[in-house]
Amino acid sequence: MIELERVSKAFGGAPVVTDLSVKVARGEFVVLIGASGSGKSTLLKMMNRMVEPDSGAVRFQGEPAHAMPAELLRRRMGYAIQSTGLFPHWTVAKNVAAVPTLLCWAPARIEARVNELLDLLGLPPGVFGGRYPHELSGGQQQRVGVARALAADPDVLLMDEPFGALDPITRGALQQELLRIQRSMHKTIVFVTHDIDEALRLATRIVLIDHGRVVQADTPAALLARPANDFVADFMGRTEAGLRLLALHSVASRVRAGAVAAGAPIRAGASLRDALSLCVARGVDRLAVVDAQGRPVGAVFLADVVAAPAP
Amino acid sequence: MNAGLDTGLREPGSPRLPRAATRRPTLAFAWALALLVALTFGMPWLKPLFAALFPQLDRPMYEQEPFAALMLAHIGLVALSSAVAAAVGVVLGVFVTRGVGREFCSLVQTVVAMGQTVPPLAVLAIAVPVLGFGEAPALIALALYGVLPVVHGTLAGLASVPHAAREAAEGLGFRPLQVLARIELPLAAPLLLAGVRTSVVVNIGTAAIASTVGTRTLGSPIIIGLSGFNTAYVIQGALLVGLLAITVDLAFDALGVWFIRDH
Amino acid sequence: MLALLVATGFGAALGLAFVSHAPNRLVSGAGVSLVQALGSAPGVLTAALLLTAVWLAAAVFTRPTARSHVLVALASALLIAMLAAAAGTHAARLAAGSAPLARTALGAGFWALLLLCALALGDALAAMRWPNWAQALAWAAAAAPLGAMLAFGVLDDVSLVKEYTTRREVFGAALVRHLEIVAASLAATLLVGVPLGAALHRHERLSRPVFAVLNVLQTVPSIALFGLLMAPLAAVAAALPLLARLGVSGVGLAPAVVALTMYSLLPIVRSIDAGLRQVPAAALDAATGMGFTPRQRFWRVAVPIALPALWAGLRVCTVQAIGLAVVAALIGAGGLGAIVFQGLLGSALDLVLLGVLPVVGLAVLADAAFSVVARLWVGTQPGALPGALQESQR
Repeated sequence: MIELERVSKAFGGAPVVTDLSVKVARGEFVVLIGASGSGKSTLLKMMNRMVEPDSGAVRFQGEPAHAMPAELLRRRMGYAIQSTGLFPHWTVAKNVAAVPTLLCWAPARIEARVNELLDLLGLPPGVFGGRYPHELSGGQQQRVGVARALAADPDVLLMDEPFGALDPITRGALQQELLRIQRSMHKTIVFVTHDIDEALRLATRIVLIDHGRVVQADTPAALLARPANDFVADFMGRTEAGLRLLALHSVASRVRAGAVAAGAPIRAGASLRDALSLCVARGVDRLAVVDAQGRPVGAVFLADVVAAPAP
Repeated sequence: MNAGLDTGLREPGSPRLPRAATRRPTLAFAWALALLVALTFGMPWLKPLFAALFPQLDRPMYEQEPFAALMLAHIGLVALSSAVAAAVGVVLGVFVTRGVGREFCSLVQTVVAMGQTVPPLAVLAIAVPVLGFGEAPALIALALYGVLPVVHGTLAGLASVPHAAREAAEGLGFRPLQVLARIELPLAAPLLLAGVRTSVVVNIGTAAIASTVGTRTLGSPIIIGLSGFNTAYVIQGALLVGLLAITVDLAFDALGVWFIRDH
Repeated sequence: MLALLVATGFGAALGLAFVSHAPNRLVSGAGVSLVQALGSAPGVLTAALLLTAVWLAAAVFTRPTARSHVLVALASALLIAMLAAAAGTHAARLAAGSAPLARTALGAGFWALLLLCALALGDALAAMRWPNWAQALAWAAAAAPLGAMLAFGVLDDVSLVKEYTTRREVFGAALVRHLEIVAASLAATLLVGVPLGAALHRHERLSRPVFAVLNVLQTVPSIALFGLLMAPLAAVAAALPLLARLGVSGVGLAPAVVALTMYSLLPIVRSIDAGLRQVPAAALDAATGMGFTPRQRFWRVAVPIALPALWAGLRVCTVQAIGLAVVAALIGAGGLGAIVFQGLLGSALDLVLLGVLPVVGLAVLADAAFSVVARLWVGTQPGALPGALQESQR
């Protein structure tokens, strides 16, 4: 869907992105991750022509990004940033309606869409629609920012560290929402962050960038299990890689059907890391497992949890 | 002379900073306007009062022209020059904050800062020998001097627009003109309007002095009174000029409140 | 941008009159272009001027580096001096060959070129990012040749300088009177404004109405306020002959000083309020804990911390007063405004400039002086521990 081919960019003589190629396919959740100053934000901005590469090609849905005016390209993508950039002089509803208004949608259609999105992001339109950005909390503002990015139903969503300024609890809730939206609406998302846990939680594919070059681009499990070099291994956390790998898999994948265990059960949808943590906390070597409705499914054994990762 | 936008310290004949109250500004403006209209049309009825206060004068009331005509001429001069100044000032301010014009930004800022140390009277005084006496030179001088506070306000206003809002607008697909018209200018409006306000109120004072160069304004009674040692004339003119300035300033106050309420 | 300045400069040099020569004051002058003026200048001057102009033009095409900025600054400054010299020599030449009443005035071309050079100089200084004091020195250095030329009489035949020479005493008196007005209003401001500001800070309830009144006062145009004060002051002088003997009357110095003081009240009171507000409560608490009495707290802790704000307020008042005092000439207060109005009514640009240029110069000097003193003595940052507090902590 988006293709960056051997792009380079230098600011004031200092190279920020060097000979970088990245492909984003439809339906993927690609996370660009790296240290501060690694060039990941610049890379994101090249996708919607906020930054023009010095060399290399940018393609969107097969066509060169230069084939159309920059504004039209951007209206086909959603854009959400860390500081939200909500327009202070417009209400929440008007903010969300920004791009549909630019696209000259009918007012009734715009209103319906705004209400739909505000509901989707947990901000009842009746309560929040008429409020101004400065009246909202940081988490609420970020939700409006995401709603605004989704308003015109773009195929792609570009997000630049949108949850970076939020507290861990709000961040977790918003990550959850984003995953849910992505899965239900089949959006393609390109997401920039420097937080490895966030990347592991959200991504279908991670692109690790250092000093403007791609170090490794692969699934989260692959980056954890088969780091390409020391830098990747360090970045993923040498000593924590194992636990992070466990977090990627659910209890359901290791449950032994029919087995029985004592004590409070764990849900099948929980991660293996949670199972490990519970085992250690209770001092047991097995846990009862229930499904989402609370019906018993079986038990998960500590030995299975720490066994070699499934392929 | 500081236009009083950033330090909060104002020069005389310059507007006050807006307050937070909502209904009071509109009320204050209404009262001031009522008083102004009453005095403009009703001044001749105060003749006995002035006769009593200044028994030594045989002409205690300025009767060469109706005060209403002078008021109209004064307002016309200020309105026209301020409109031109506002238009030029805003365009100039916008021009030097984007694209090609950015190169001239520091130059314009220097000129504006330097220009405001020159007393407004000086611009008038220089315009006359160059352009002659009459309405046109006064208009040009007022318009020229009025550009400075407007540019100052426009630059300050545009600088106050949050960078994130501009970036988000660009990223969402607003065209540069749309970013300016729908995002930047509305957010810059308070400081921009403060600049226009300064320009207008200062112009009211300078227009009064412009009556020394052959334009008929509310300053005429003052000047004639000063040269003829007729203090009554001076007071009549000064009252109306002062009241006009206060009324216009309160009008901007009320306007500011209405503006905030709408957005 | 330099390109624009240079292009305009060439346009001005060729298109506008450099100086204008008239047989007497009543007739408008015939324009003399720069080229013609250079005809009578010594060859060295012409050559140097042309070279510098070409150098500036060339600088347009070079890449801006630190060195090129310095050279541009130098070239602009030299050009200013040389233009003045050219005007002076040509004026002298013309004066030698015509009647005594003839005058040679600086034309639009000269002023335009001067302004453009000054802008180029300012732009170069800003691009070099020199600190303020260095920039001020650079400007002083650029103006020094002009001062020298004035002193040595090179510019004596230029009409502006001639006006000064013929009216030397009048000018001197006007300048002194102008400074008197400003000084008197400053003194009155300090006497009235400082206690008022301190009182308002203590009694918050009073501050709203007082500020409202001061705000309204500030909106009233200066000429109106001068006019409105005339009658009451005349009445006061009539009622109290003692004051009349001291010089209070309806016209002249008294209404001017009173009005200027009234205009200064808002800035001063505001700055005192702001200054006292920024005294950290922690410092006052510490002082109380150490055993300072309320009076000691005020004078030894609050005042030193509030001083920079007060100084800034005084600076604004002074610059403002210098400008406002010009209008005061209308009510008979004299000062540089008298010269300006004389020029205005007689349509004599030279007189107007003779009045306006010193006013602008005074304002710039006053502003610079205040900021220099602020930096050296009062301290620009609030919150520096006052000496008393430091000592008692030992």
